[in-house]
Amino acid sequence: MKQEIIIAGFGGQGVLSMGKILAYSGLMENKEVTWMPAYGPEQRGGTANVTVIVSDERISSPILSQYDTAIILNQPSLEKFENKVKPGGILIYDGYGIIEPPTRKDIKVYRIDAMDEATERGMAKTFNMIVLGGLLKLRPVVEIESVLKALRKTLPERHHKLIPMNEEAIRIGMEIIKEV
Amino acid sequence: MAEEVLLMKGNEAIAHAAIRFGVDGYFGYPITPQSEVLETLAEQKPWETTGMVVVQAESEVAAINMVYGGAGTGKMVMTSSSSPGVSLKQEGISYLAGAELPCLIVNVMRGGPGLGTIQPSQADYFQTVKGGGHGDYKLIALAPASVQEMADFVGLAFDLAFKYRNPAIILADGVIGQMMEKVVLPEQRKRLTDEEVIARCPWAAHGKQEGRKINVITSLELDPSIMEKRNIHLQQKYAEIEANEVRYEEIDCEDAEYLIVAFGSCARIAQKAMELARAEGIKVGLLRPITLWPFPSKAIAERAKQVKGILTVELNAGQMVEDVQLAVECSIPVEHFGRLGGIVPDPDEVVAALKEKLIK
Repeated sequence: MKQEIIIAGFGGQGVLSMGKILAYSGLMENKEVTWMPAYGPEQRGGTANVTVIVSDERISSPILSQYDTAIILNQPSLEKFENKVKPGGILIYDGYGIIEPPTRKDIKVYRIDAMDEATERGMAKTFNMIVLGGLLKLRPVVEIESVLKALRKTLPERHHKLIPMNEEAIRIGMEIIKEV
Repeated sequence: MAEEVLLMKGNEAIAHAAIRFGVDGYFGYPITPQSEVLETLAEQKPWETTGMVVVQAESEVAAINMVYGGAGTGKMVMTSSSSPGVSLKQEGISYLAGAELPCLIVNVMRGGPGLGTIQPSQADYFQTVKGGGHGDYKLIALAPASVQEMADFVGLAFDLAFKYRNPAIILADGVIGQMMEKVVLPEQRKRLTDEEVIARCPWAAHGKQEGRKINVITSLELDPSIMEKRNIHLQQKYAEIEANEVRYEEIDCEDAEYLIVAFGSCARIAQKAMELARAEGIKVGLLRPITLWPFPSKAIAERAKQVKGILTVELNAGQMVEDVQLAVECSIPVEHFGRLGGIVPDPDEVVAALKEKLIK
């Protein structure tokens, strides 16, 4: 198993931390992982993206030409990464940030209205975990239990009370993601 | 107990490894993309545990001179920076080499020249292996290609630096510094006691002792006939390092018809490119120099007998390619592919370059 994933959106949407949680979850399962952010001015109000690779074998390049899965959270990122999804791959986008939806026919496109759902439920801070839930429904890269384990390990003790809310967010994401 | 596998950035791994290895002092000044080294040290507060000193100096120049002072006493000291900051340190590095002081310098390269960009680059290869500062000197230069190697090379660099009384440098780039991967840190070691330091470094300035002549740490010698002898001694030492300390990794070279030579992040990208090219039936191998100086010239020359051509992949306009050309003495075509100024090529670009420049 090897999953090459790009997560892209605005800085502040939790793009990098979502990638980090995914990478940590892979670590919990003893998988090989790399987390490579596009660091720099991107993080200060512009677009942010991170490449996460989770694999059973040693990972070569942290920089990729094509991805198995793209998680796209805003329009500029869609324009940048839509044609970098491998044929037969998956593109997940959040309806809130996308004005012109993807047009490719040789990939599977899914929509997840995570921003709307998070806002409605007053769970804005778990927006990225809803998206992660959507991903895990389609691509069970890691077990949900591993995600929770990763959260327990990486969150400071005082934030552990937020873990059930994150778990709920993942389950919501799994429910609301739909094929376009 | 099984070793603990952690997930962290390359820069963080450098900091943790330094604490674990029992380093005595770190002197630095923040600059992207290596700021996490100092940040992690500040967070870990090793002065409360191992007694390691951590100083945010007033400038890069101050930091390298603090390293000069600390190294002169035989302590394990280091600094880290990124390209423009390492340029500022060059005078101090030349002095350290001239005074034969063991220490570790870390350069997490970014795009240049000048202040350039904050994105990854390998354009300081020449600066690292051909001088940088003035005078005939060499740095032992290690090029990590993973977060694990960022951690491992801290100890290796200090071991080599003390073995040869010579500054060592870890030459990384923004990719290796910023990406997170799995890492197993070295066991926590105690810092050497003063007695152990004196025993290890009888040459160091650690206070006048009865019955021993004064130890002088300097790179200055006004008598050219003595200075020439000193230079000859340095050259002999460098020849010994070249004979003993070359390190490199070869991947899929046995049946290779073409060879990619790349270090650091480019070696990782090239490895993926190699997988893609092999899927198309192109037999390509990868030789990754781990020591940039001493350079694995012999290993490359040996592979040159078997392959039709060599491509170097570098984040610069063509620097290491010159050393590869020298190594093979122009017996086969040696081409260069690089992106500049902070742009990192993806594996497809490397495959395309391989086809365009070598296979044709």
